[in-house]
Amino acid sequence: MSDRIFGVVGLLLAIGYAISAFAIEESFLSDAVGPKAFPLIIATILAIASAVIALRPDPEPVWPSLSRLAEVAAAVVVLLLYSELLPVAGFLIATAFAAAYLGWRLGASALEAVAVGIGTSVGIYVIFHLVLGLSLARGPFGF
Amino acid sequence: MELLSSLGDGFAVAITFQNLGLALLGCFLGTIMGALPGLGPSNGVAILIPLAFTLGLGATPSLILLTSVYYGAMYGGRISSILLGIPGDEPAMMTVLDGHPMAKKGMAGEALSLSGVASFIGAFIATWGLILLAPQLVKIALLFGPAEYFALFALAFMTLGGVSSTNQAKSAFAAALGLGLATIGVDTQTGVPRFTFGEVHLYDGLDFLVAIVGLFALSEVFIFLENRHGGAEGDSGKLKIGRLTPPISMLKSCMPTMLRTSVLGFIAGVLPGAGASLGSFISYSMEKRLVDKENTFGTGDPRGVAAPEAGNNAAAGGALVPMLALGVPGSGTTAVLLAVLLSLNITPGPLLFTQNPDVVWGLIAALFIANFMLLAMNIPMVGLFTRVLMIPSRILMPIVAMVSFVGIYGISGSSFDLLVMVGFGVLGWLLRKFDVPLVPIILGTLLGNAMENNLRRAVTIDNGNWLTLIDSPLSIALWAIAIIGFVLPLIVGARVKKKMHARRDSEGSLSD
Repeated sequence: MSDRIFGVVGLLLAIGYAISAFAIEESFLSDAVGPKAFPLIIATILAIASAVIALRPDPEPVWPSLSRLAEVAAAVVVLLLYSELLPVAGFLIATAFAAAYLGWRLGASALEAVAVGIGTSVGIYVIFHLVLGLSLARGPFGF
Repeated sequence: MELLSSLGDGFAVAITFQNLGLALLGCFLGTIMGALPGLGPSNGVAILIPLAFTLGLGATPSLILLTSVYYGAMYGGRISSILLGIPGDEPAMMTVLDGHPMAKKGMAGEALSLSGVASFIGAFIATWGLILLAPQLVKIALLFGPAEYFALFALAFMTLGGVSSTNQAKSAFAAALGLGLATIGVDTQTGVPRFTFGEVHLYDGLDFLVAIVGLFALSEVFIFLENRHGGAEGDSGKLKIGRLTPPISMLKSCMPTMLRTSVLGFIAGVLPGAGASLGSFISYSMEKRLVDKENTFGTGDPRGVAAPEAGNNAAAGGALVPMLALGVPGSGTTAVLLAVLLSLNITPGPLLFTQNPDVVWGLIAALFIANFMLLAMNIPMVGLFTRVLMIPSRILMPIVAMVSFVGIYGISGSSFDLLVMVGFGVLGWLLRKFDVPLVPIILGTLLGNAMENNLRRAVTIDNGNWLTLIDSPLSIALWAIAIIGFVLPLIVGARVKKKMHARRDSEGSLSD
C-alpha cells in the first residue's frame, strides 16, 4: 500500500513538474532545443517510474509506530526552528539548545543532555570559529 | 617514463607541510567515520566538504583532505565489522562473515592487522591501476562530442542502481528526481528562470552541497531518532584484541588471495554500477570458490577477512578512474567528491589531465601517501579507534547534526539554505524508508546541468535533429551498454542481492 501511495504522489509530482515546465516563458533568443524539452523528458521518466512503482509495489516498508513518527516530526520542527532562529539568537545559544534537545531525545539524561548541548556548542565554536576562523551566526551578544 | 615524471611532479605538489598535515587529518577522521556504524564514506566526506571550503583551501589541498577521508573510511569500516559484527559501512559487510568469528576466537588483533594489510595492498594496487588506466581512458574520452557525453551521462544513471538493484523503477525515479532538482534556477543557455516560483533564493539553483548534506547526514540523524538506540554500538572492551601484528605465516598464506582480489576489486570499482560493496562481495565469493577447500570460510578464516578488505579498498581506488577521467562517478562517495570538484570550479574529465595536471597528479601522489599513513595508523593505533566505537550515539549524533548545519551556514550564511537542508533530510529519511537509492538523486543534481547542456549542444549543432544523439558508433555503443546495464538487474538483480544479504540485512539504502 505504501508503495502505491508513493507512486501516486510521484505521478502527481511529475504532472506538476510538467505543467510548470510548459509554463516556462521562452526567451526570444533560444537554441534549437529550448529550456522546456529537457524538463519534459525528465517529467516523462518520473511519471513512468512512478507508475511502475504504483503498479508493482515492493513489500511494505517497516513504518515506525505513531510515537516514533512524532519523535521524528518533533526533531524536524526543532531543526526548522533552529534554522530560523540561528541568526536571531546567535550560534552558541541556538546550537546548545538544539544539540541538547537531540541528545535528550536519543536517550541522554537531563544533566547529560545539557552537557552534550553546551559541549557541542562550545566545542564547535572553539574549533570552527576561534581556531579555523569560520564565521558563525552572531547573536545579540556577539556570539 | 612520462608517467613516472608526472608522478614525480605530483609528489612535489603533495609533499608540503600543509598537504601532509591535511592527509594525516583526513586519514584520521576518515578511519573514525568509517569505523562508526551509521557514518559511511559518503556521509563522512559530505560533512567535511563545507569544512574544506570554509578553510579556504585550494583545489589540490581540498581534494587531498577529502580523498584521504574516503580512503580512511574504507579502512575504518572493517573495525566495527570485526569487533562488533556490525559493518561500519556497507562495503565492509562481507568482512563481518569471517572477521567477527576470528575476533570471537580471540584473534581480533590478528584480524584487524591482517585486514589493515589487505586494505593497504588493495588500495596500493588500485592506485597504480588508476595511474595506468586513467590516461588511457582520457584518450578515449577526447573522442567524445556532446552527443557521446549525453549518452555517457545516461549510461551513468542507468547503471547506477547496480547489478544488485532489485527495483529499477525506484532507481529511475531517484535519477529523475535529481535531474529535476538540477533544472531549478535560471536556464544557463537562454536566461529564463525555471521552476523558481518567484523565489529569489532559487534563481541560482539549489546548492548541491545542501542537498548532499541533508540527504546523507541529516537523514541519518532522523533514522537514529526513529530507532532511538542512544547507547554505544558495542562493548569492544569485552573482546580481547590480542597481538597487533599478523603472523608471517598468515600473511604468506593470504598473499595470493589479497593480490587476486585487489585486481578483481579494482575492475569492479572501474565498471559503472558496481562499486565497492559489490567489489568486496565478488572478491569474497571468488575466493570462497577458489581456496575454500575445507569449508572454513565463515568460521573465521583469515583469507575470508583478507579477500573482501582488499577487494573493497581496491574498488574504492578503481571508482576514482571514471570520476577523474570522464567526470562521471560510479559510486556514492565519488559522486560526493565530484561535488567538491565542481564547487571548486574544476570540471573533471579529459581536459583535467591537460589543464590541471597538478591537481590530478598531486591527488594521486597524495593517495599513495595517505595509504602509507593509513597502514601506519591502522596497525599500531587500532586500539585508539576501537575506543571511538564506544562513544554513544546520543552524544555523537547531535554533534554530526550540528556540524552539518555549521558547514552549510558557513558557506552561504543564509537561513534559507538551512531550511532547504532540513527539507532534504526529511526527504532522505522518507526515501530510505521506501528503499529508494539516494545516490542517483545526488548524481542527478550534480550532473543535471552538464547533461542538459550536452543534449542541447548536440541537437543545436545538428540544426535541431534529435537523431544526432545516436549518430556515431561510439554513442550507439554507450547507449547499448546503458540499456544492458539497466535491464540486466531486472533479470539477475534479485538473485545477486539475495546472496549479498544472505547473512545480514542492508544498512540502509546508501551504497559505498
